[in-house]
Amino acid sequence: MAEIIKIKVGTASCGLAAGSGDVYDFFKANSKGIPVEGVGCIGHCYAEPMVEVETSEGSIIYREVKADQKSLDNILELGAENRLVIPEKRKQHELLKVTRLAGKIDPISIDEYMANGGYAALRKAQGMTPEEVVDEVKRSGLRGRGGGGFPTGLKWQFLAAKKNADKKILVCNADEGDPGAFMDRSMMESVPHQVLEGMLIGAYATGSDILFIYCRAEYPLAIKHLKIAIEDIKKHQLNVINGKALDIIIKEGAGAFVCGEETALIASLEGRRGTPRFRPPFPTDSGWNGYPTSLNNVETFANIPVLIAEGAEEFAKVGTEKSKGTKLFALAGDLENPGLIEVPMGTTIGQIVFDVGGARPEDVKAVQTGGPSGGCIPKELFDTPVDYDSLNSLGAIMGSGGMIVIGSNRCMVETARYFLDFTHRESCGKCTFCRVGTKRMFETLERIVAGEGVEADIDFLEDIGPKIKKGSLCGLGQTAPNPVLATLRYFKNEFVDHVVDHKCSALACNNLVDIKIDPEKCIKCKLCIKNCPVDAVSADFIIDNSKCTRCNTCIEVCPKDTIHRVEKGEGYYSE
Amino acid sequence: MLEQFSYLKEIDSSRTYLIKGLQTIQGHEGYISDDAILAVAEYFSVPDVEVEGVVSFYAQFKRSKPGKYCISVCDGTACHIKGSTMILDWISTELGIRDGETDAEGLFSIETVACLGCCSLAPVLSINGKVYGKLDRKATIKILKEYRNNG
Repeated sequence: MAEIIKIKVGTASCGLAAGSGDVYDFFKANSKGIPVEGVGCIGHCYAEPMVEVETSEGSIIYREVKADQKSLDNILELGAENRLVIPEKRKQHELLKVTRLAGKIDPISIDEYMANGGYAALRKAQGMTPEEVVDEVKRSGLRGRGGGGFPTGLKWQFLAAKKNADKKILVCNADEGDPGAFMDRSMMESVPHQVLEGMLIGAYATGSDILFIYCRAEYPLAIKHLKIAIEDIKKHQLNVINGKALDIIIKEGAGAFVCGEETALIASLEGRRGTPRFRPPFPTDSGWNGYPTSLNNVETFANIPVLIAEGAEEFAKVGTEKSKGTKLFALAGDLENPGLIEVPMGTTIGQIVFDVGGARPEDVKAVQTGGPSGGCIPKELFDTPVDYDSLNSLGAIMGSGGMIVIGSNRCMVETARYFLDFTHRESCGKCTFCRVGTKRMFETLERIVAGEGVEADIDFLEDIGPKIKKGSLCGLGQTAPNPVLATLRYFKNEFVDHVVDHKCSALACNNLVDIKIDPEKCIKCKLCIKNCPVDAVSADFIIDNSKCTRCNTCIEVCPKDTIHRVEKGEGYYSE
Repeated sequence: MLEQFSYLKEIDSSRTYLIKGLQTIQGHEGYISDDAILAVAEYFSVPDVEVEGVVSFYAQFKRSKPGKYCISVCDGTACHIKGSTMILDWISTELGIRDGETDAEGLFSIETVACLGCCSLAPVLSINGKVYGKLDRKATIKILKEYRNNG
């Protein structure tokens, strides 16, 4: 039998949430001398808690591992149970470059990172002139991974050109505020050194003096790992660039979506309300406290060591003409295998959703990209390649990489309402079109899902959306109407159903459905009666829809699946 | 500045650290009181209205004392389409409080948050930072009961 060298337990946030902390403790205490190590995320979040066994003959991954002796014995014997088998059709699309080390090494061990080629790119860069490094990044075609898609090399060139500035600032935007996206969290938790190495290379190329990481406070584990990594960097004096020790400062965000916008983020870094301001001046001219500042996303920085190590030409071999390299996506929603994936730019949406994510075509209606700034793309357009320009042309955006699969049983109007609920609350209030316009859009959508919409509401949404986009200063307002406009473009029939027939074909909108027990199948176990919070179920098992709040409690507790949502009017009403 | 907030002195008093100051206070006290706003204003030499302005801007800051167990129900996109509205409903019914409220004993408070970043386990919630995933009604109620029994 192959000899076991090491047991690695995935202990990033999603693993911990699935119970990998207990698995780690149990294995560590009972592994009979075999080293047990906590590692980051390998991306197969659906199979958490996961354990990888490194043996003399390669490694074996186990899925859904429990913190008990049986699971441990199975693993120590390299048993056949619970092995994670990655389907061939997933493997053929995935290309792990940026996430090469994620989940493979101890995230907080600088020695392990270095043993796997870490900081070699920084040394290589320091053997070049700063101009050569900027040029290398430019030639690679790397574009900002935060969603904007601005060429990274060009941004660095602007900052590097400020030769006479007292101080220059480089900021890592780790305020991953897009609900449904977790690429940056995963990278910071799993390979914090790779992100920091990218920043140090950036500091060398641009001549920066202070490095800020602006990270969401909701990511405590990422912050912890970054702090440890920064201490180790200082011990190894890797932060000494051109004979000068750079400050690396972590700033915790305080929960404001608009702070993903660069001028708002800078205001927040200055200790102010995170309101965006007019550009110009651009941050590379006047940013944090007036100093020239460049902001790049976590994933962009994580690309840098890869790019420098292999060279611009090699990097640019992957991807499409205008979108180079690979892209991380946080795949979630209605599919079999949610998780973090890395694929070449230009992979089609269908390949990602069906082949990599394991969704069944008949269960899927659409995919949502770009979060509150993006749009829903219908299944008919799933052969679209994923790159910045193709997605823009569909009225969606690449965004930072959140990709939510929407099942055929979901209501698209309700989904659009959800995003406007989010953006109207997150609008900072500076621009009238954004502040008032998103609120009016939200109120209109609330009325439509409540069954009180009229046909003129659709015209109103189509009219006000483009005006909000034109009348807003920053990315939030300029993109906030997208989820509604894209949905109107591809799923107008669902809007019409709601406002003309007052019907929700997905049976999702509470005001447009009734709840009914199927008397044929009901076994009269009384669980629905006992659990109904408003006593809407009668002693003879009839749900009174005039009392019912559509909370789904009865549907959840019914052991025989006999209670269902039905079209409005099909249920019983006492009054 | 009140003695209660003397731990602020460990932070750099330049304006850029003002949010850090507020976060430190909330970490100690659980919320930002009127006294805390005055203390921060004095320490960072900014008008107290400006501090209030910063506090009210960011979702993280609470102006009233939360319960011993703070339940954050995730309403990110993945959780939303997987039924987070129902989760919130069930918890509200079980505890008799609504989003943003604290119960009479000061044991539980509920808030909805934008995204906890555990989308592949949707729907999720967290209680004092510990994340629970793949929830249905039964699992949700069980978690609440466990916390209640622990007191």
